[in-house]
Amino acid sequence: MKKYIVLGLLAVLGYYLMNVFLLIDFGMPHFAQGVKDVYLSSSENVLQVSNVVTAIVVNFRGFDTLGEVTVLFLSATAMSGILYKKRHDIGDRSILFPASSIIRAGSKMLFPTITLLGVYVFVHGHLSPGGGFQGGTIIATGFLLMLLTYQNYSVSHNRLVWVESIAGILFVVIGLAGYFMKGSFLENVLPVGQLNDLFSGGVIGIIYVLVGFKVAAELIGIIYTMLHEKG
Amino acid sequence: MIFLISVITIALLMVGAAIYAIWQKDLLFAVIASGVISLILSILFLILQAPDVALTEAAIGVALTTIIFIITIRNTVRYEDEHDKKAKKKKVKNISK
Amino acid sequence: MEKYLDILEIVIYGSAVALILIGLYGTLTKKSLIKIVLGLSIMDSGIHLLMIALGYLKGGTAPIFSKGYENAADRMVDPIPQALVLTAIVIGFGVTAVALSLVIRLYRHHDTLRIDEIKNLKW
Repeated sequence: MKKYIVLGLLAVLGYYLMNVFLLIDFGMPHFAQGVKDVYLSSSENVLQVSNVVTAIVVNFRGFDTLGEVTVLFLSATAMSGILYKKRHDIGDRSILFPASSIIRAGSKMLFPTITLLGVYVFVHGHLSPGGGFQGGTIIATGFLLMLLTYQNYSVSHNRLVWVESIAGILFVVIGLAGYFMKGSFLENVLPVGQLNDLFSGGVIGIIYVLVGFKVAAELIGIIYTMLHEKG
Repeated sequence: MIFLISVITIALLMVGAAIYAIWQKDLLFAVIASGVISLILSILFLILQAPDVALTEAAIGVALTTIIFIITIRNTVRYEDEHDKKAKKKKVKNISK
Repeated sequence: MEKYLDILEIVIYGSAVALILIGLYGTLTKKSLIKIVLGLSIMDSGIHLLMIALGYLKGGTAPIFSKGYENAADRMVDPIPQALVLTAIVIGFGVTAVALSLVIRLYRHHDTLRIDEIKNLKW
């Protein structure tokens, strides 16, 4: 009975949603024109950053990104608080089967390559698609591979906390440097180079590298907490 | 024309995977189907000219979300309507006492 | 050409709305806690597709000034929804992780995942 009531409600909701969204022309410019044009032109001419999405995430809406990274940090902390156990309860990671020698050798070969790909993605965040969030996630995936393969592979929790805190503090310090030297938080204080150069865009490249380290440390922490859970 | 047909096929596959993920009683299959949704979604983002979002979705949605769901299933029960074993054992113990 | 765009519009918007409705259905009717979290994550995916589709421009290119595209600012798709969705995906992962750890904790205390058997909400 409940199922049919829910289906009826969803049918009404879907009918109105489709009607509303079919009124919006697909493939036509319909957001406020000024915002997009200002972002595109100042990203190309003032900041000299090729990837406009990076310019928006790190510079124009950089305060949002700071808040977002804080939310991720809070969720990692909350997870380790919720899954808290007394010290003597923590056993080995529960893996059903030990990995075969092919998987051990293969993951040892793949791990540096995956890490290198992640570093490439977040160093070139302002030139090509990618950036700190994507690169950090790719590095966390490499660590996940090692944690699943080797039963006694462990990541130092202290080191993760250090990497994470130093990256966060440097982010805020660069933002405050912009505030005191140019007048607003996260304003660019370094010289901007040429478009499509590696050292272009001033502080944007540096901040995205910091975000990459921070996101990688937080995601590795989340995975590590989850994997040490024993049912 | 071929492009349009392939987009329609991909979108239908995605909606089918979503229905399968909700309908399936075995949670492990459902989680793998939700990984398929994320994979096809990242292809659709690439078609809609958003390569940054496609990269993020491929890394987070396909790899990390799926592995976290799988770890949760390993620590709890696998089937949706499973009458879990721990509760049964407790009942048997209470009766035998 | 016009018809082509109309079909693409119906396909993209239709699949996004379908994902939202399927996720909502799973969240409302299912009994298993893991299924409810799965429904929430499917609903999230639908909303992301909807927001990206709103910023699409006909015949547009990705918002990246590479070689040969220096003066293509008129043809670029809207970068603002892309930046918002980039943020939303990462936040969604954090929300899913916290929800699943709550699920594990509830299972540890009540030995079941069915929400109609978890009656006393005292840990």
